[in-house]
Amino acid sequence: MKTLIKIAWRNIWRNKLRSLVVICSIILGIWAGIFINGFSYGLNRQRTLEAIQSNLSHIQIHDTAWSQDPNIANQLQQSASILRALEDNPQVKAFSSRMLLNGIVASANGNGGAQITGIEPATENRLTGLAEKITEGDFLADKKNKILLGKALADKLKARIGSKVVVTFTDREGVIISGAFKVAGIYRGTSSQIEQLKVYVRQQDLQKLLSENIAPHEIALLTSSLETVEPVQQELQRQFPDYTIQSWDELSPELGYADEIMGTMLYLIIGIIMLALSFGIVNTMLMAVLERRKELGMLMAVGMSKRRVFSMILLETLMLSLCGGPLGILLGFLTIWYTGSTGIDLSVFAEGLQSFGISSVIYPSIETSFYFGTGLLVVVMALLSSLYPARRALKLNPIEAIRTI
Amino acid sequence: MAVIETHNLERTYQDGNQVIRAVDGIDLQIQEGEFTAIVGPSGSGKTTLLNLIGGLDKPTSGEVIIAGTPIHELSDNAMIDFRLKHIGFVFQAYNLIPVLTAAENVEFIMLLQKKSKEERRQRSHQLLEAVGLGDRLTKRPGELSGGQQQRVAVARALASRPSFVLADEPTANLDSHSTANLLDIMARLNEEEHMTFVFATHDQRVIDRAKRVVTVEDGKIKSDESLDR
Repeated sequence: MKTLIKIAWRNIWRNKLRSLVVICSIILGIWAGIFINGFSYGLNRQRTLEAIQSNLSHIQIHDTAWSQDPNIANQLQQSASILRALEDNPQVKAFSSRMLLNGIVASANGNGGAQITGIEPATENRLTGLAEKITEGDFLADKKNKILLGKALADKLKARIGSKVVVTFTDREGVIISGAFKVAGIYRGTSSQIEQLKVYVRQQDLQKLLSENIAPHEIALLTSSLETVEPVQQELQRQFPDYTIQSWDELSPELGYADEIMGTMLYLIIGIIMLALSFGIVNTMLMAVLERRKELGMLMAVGMSKRRVFSMILLETLMLSLCGGPLGILLGFLTIWYTGSTGIDLSVFAEGLQSFGISSVIYPSIETSFYFGTGLLVVVMALLSSLYPARRALKLNPIEAIRTI
Repeated sequence: MAVIETHNLERTYQDGNQVIRAVDGIDLQIQEGEFTAIVGPSGSGKTTLLNLIGGLDKPTSGEVIIAGTPIHELSDNAMIDFRLKHIGFVFQAYNLIPVLTAAENVEFIMLLQKKSKEERRQRSHQLLEAVGLGDRLTKRPGELSGGQQQRVAVARALASRPSFVLADEPTANLDSHSTANLLDIMARLNEEEHMTFVFATHDQRVIDRAKRVVTVEDGKIKSDESLDR
């Protein structure tokens, strides 16, 4: 076997240029595959994390009736106990309560449907970092009847900082309630849909407009990591069995599906690249076999078994692929590692990306297991690519070695 | 003792509607230690006969018995194994493995026979010394002249301690000096080690050194002459 390996290795380098072209194509193919996958995975992961950070949070708590009927009446009556429980849970990083009312926001220049979100500014900022998303004006301060509009809605209403807008919604009895608010700030959301939909006011200002005291409709929280979401959710469900407590992937199943689909897609992409590469390898090895007809025939004539001839071609293909494969994986790893820490700035396309809920700087990343999976695919590709050339080698007639003058 | 025996050996090919009788009922016996040249014009059937004797081709009918074994009855895989153990080949185009050194080329056959590393090393060095290439052990075929490459091929053919060596036009690509040198080596191995050599050739220089000349024409033995040399 040692000599067979030695012969196979030396055979690869008989035509250096041809082998180097194949090796380079394997390196580039695998590198490109890993990078595209890292980019897509990073993009998706970022989209998920941003959706969690800015909008969904890890867990949301609602009244059980809320999911069927998001009505003002379906409040979290035990919100005070829930907030205390969250305060005491060391795995909860941040939380905030929200009043959610559907209504209309109107200015002198237009109007639009909106979800009026009554927040506690300090806790909301800790949870979602809302203050950092203000691009014009200020975050909600102590002054009463201030409102935050999304950039898209502000543009639609032609509202500026200090503009007056009227917020209209209905109370539990269906009585229409209106209130005037001054635009304190304009925020940029993860998507233009969010910017159109969500406006933020202080809970106490909403409370004053309503004739009765209402409890929050939603409590959102972040846990210490994605891994602690499930245990915290289970703990809360045990403590508050009458409420609906949902994790981010239950609230937005498409994000969870995207993660699952991405996992399959990553292997599909690299599989397609490998398939394309394997044609190049088959072609090269076939050339190598046909060029060496005499030599292979001689080997069989002098007593080299078909099994050994087959193994030799198989080894040559495997070595050729294994010269390029690990280098491609290493190059891919280094690229992902570097761009994963510096990020890839796509601000040129930022507008387009924002409508999909993606920020302009992408941090490619990939799970470690993917590198091992790719390595395994290289070996499988090499073995499959070697079958046809090796079979052709077996069909050679030893007489050819003697007959050829 | 006969190392090679053929009985009523026939090999025919179909060429369109025409049947070509490349070997047509040859009965031949070659004894151990012979130095035999099979001669004849191109297309006479001498190479086909050599292929049949070497187990590289199967007869249409008749028998080939090598060292007591009817090889025409062997399966393909058993035939490869038989060739490895009993037959040494020297080809016109040398056909050495270009990526191996002279010593490695000789050792390769013994490696296929699963001989120990030490035995392989000793015998390859001894054989290369015998063919006058003791100082070229680590040279690859590309670094050797045609004559030197053919001498490596002879050493390789002898490495497996075969029953006999088949050489198909071994001198066709060599100059006079290399041919004389190669034939000297083969003749010496024949005399000293009693190694049987069978050549298919039309090179007069080989014929002049052969102790037996079998002339083949139209697939039949036209003459069979033993010469006292």
